[in-house]
Amino acid sequence: MSLPATKDDVVVAGPFKARAASILQLSIKPKSFDMRASAVGIAQSVVPPLVVLAIILIVWEIAFSSPGASLPPPSEIWVQSKDLIIDPFFVNGSQDIGLGWRVLVSLERVAYGFGLAAVIGVLIGALIGQSIWAMRGLDPIFQVLRTVPPLAWLPLSLAAFLDSRPSAIFVIFITSIWPIIINTAVGIRNIPQDYRNVAQVLRLNQIEFFYKIMVPAAAPYIFSGLRIGVGLSWLAIVAAEMLTGGVGIGFFIWDAWNSSRLTDIIVALVYIGLVGFVLDKLVSALGAAVTRGTASN
Amino acid sequence: MSAYLKLDYIGKSFTRGATTTEVLRDIRLTIEKGEFVSIIGHSGCGKSTLLNLVAGLTPVTIGAVLLEEKEVNAPGPDRAVVFQNHSLLPWLTVYENVNLAVAKVFGRTKSRAERHDWIMKNLNLVQMAHAADKRPGEISGGMKQRVGIARALSMEPKILLLDEPFGALDALTRAHLQDQMMEIHARLQNTIIMITHDVDEAVLLSDRIVMMTNGPAAAVGGVLDVPLARPRERIALASDRTYLRCREAVLKFLYERHRFVEAAE
Repeated sequence: MSLPATKDDVVVAGPFKARAASILQLSIKPKSFDMRASAVGIAQSVVPPLVVLAIILIVWEIAFSSPGASLPPPSEIWVQSKDLIIDPFFVNGSQDIGLGWRVLVSLERVAYGFGLAAVIGVLIGALIGQSIWAMRGLDPIFQVLRTVPPLAWLPLSLAAFLDSRPSAIFVIFITSIWPIIINTAVGIRNIPQDYRNVAQVLRLNQIEFFYKIMVPAAAPYIFSGLRIGVGLSWLAIVAAEMLTGGVGIGFFIWDAWNSSRLTDIIVALVYIGLVGFVLDKLVSALGAAVTRGTASN
Repeated sequence: MSAYLKLDYIGKSFTRGATTTEVLRDIRLTIEKGEFVSIIGHSGCGKSTLLNLVAGLTPVTIGAVLLEEKEVNAPGPDRAVVFQNHSLLPWLTVYENVNLAVAKVFGRTKSRAERHDWIMKNLNLVQMAHAADKRPGEISGGMKQRVGIARALSMEPKILLLDEPFGALDALTRAHLQDQMMEIHARLQNTIIMITHDVDEAVLLSDRIVMMTNGPAAAVGGVLDVPLARPRERIALASDRTYLRCREAVLKFLYERHRFVEAAE
């Protein structure tokens, strides 16, 4: 916007030249400075955890290197489970596949269960947030149900679905839906009266109000619910798969335990942790992208 | 000429539990088409409640609001409100905020291109077309209020309701927006009701000033005609006899006859 003005200054008057030059310099300087600053920033957030990780590995190595140790040291994990660590996507047979494939199978179940929970949770949350009677009727029941641990649902859902796959998905669904419902309801109850007034003056109908005002206004709350929900569903899938079997990462741990492959279990734990971390970051990045602007006013 | 807007003995009481508070009593007021009417009174006297009754955002307890001799008791775009705190939706751009209203009101009657022209015309009216793609968080308070006005004007309301529209702005911005408001009123000849607690603003902008008594059970304490010719010039009026007389009358009403009594609470 100010570019033409600067040009004119340069052309018309001499004294302004110096100023124009300094403006030019400024516009370049921050760029190189930014790059260095961001490099420093990345180093500041990456180096400390790496140092701590190295210390942990060293201490672990020393502590469990004696012949009678109950758990394997890192060096032994590397020797025995090298294939799992190096190549996540190998296929040597129907049950001998890389951990990457197993994680993908588990993620697929999470996608179904969590996706369903997200849609239904937001709708029920909207109902509870909008209607005082729906809240009075449903909230106490939800508060009780949400304390039920994920695995406690499993026998019941196996009985109902008669198959392990939908049962696992149901367990994920029922575990992750509560924080989504509750957060959505709170977000919708907190929509400022002003927005409601605007909607009333414009005579928005219920559906228009839902997707034009309610969802964007409550988006920050909804996304914090989704973030908690995705974490819970990742917790639940590992536990559910241990019992239902199949190809997922949870069953892999159980299988490894039954065949005394402790090193494989430790590698799988690292996988689970990293995937959970990535899921959490994904949802929060999505939330940040979607709610851009909502918070700032 | 019959009244364009008529408030027919309206009253409003709020009931919370066992206690009922009467806020407004026997409000009677007729407003002609094209008139600019200000409602002034001390804070807490029910000015905003009165505006909400006209807007239909709160239902009247007794009496009726008649617009062109038809009772109105629900909100609608024919009585557009400019809210005190602008109430723009922060996740929409300036353009989209106005579009929300235009799409709803003219979605069936205007084509897409016509709606676009109409949005830009209204943004031009408040000189905000340049910021059409900005979000409310990126523009100043005065600009937000101008967008709020554009949004309200874009509904082509029969009555424009302004709820202390300039109250949260600094003095210079406020003066600028007041001038713009007068210009818009001169150009569009729309009917405007403005809530204010600023005596100068009321006298400068209005054809008539409705002065409210203190609550509870506030009523219309007096209506003052402002017989100043338009267009009005802020600086010329500063020493104008009629202007000063009107100003004095409102001040006397507010500070002598109906002083704000805090002990009454």
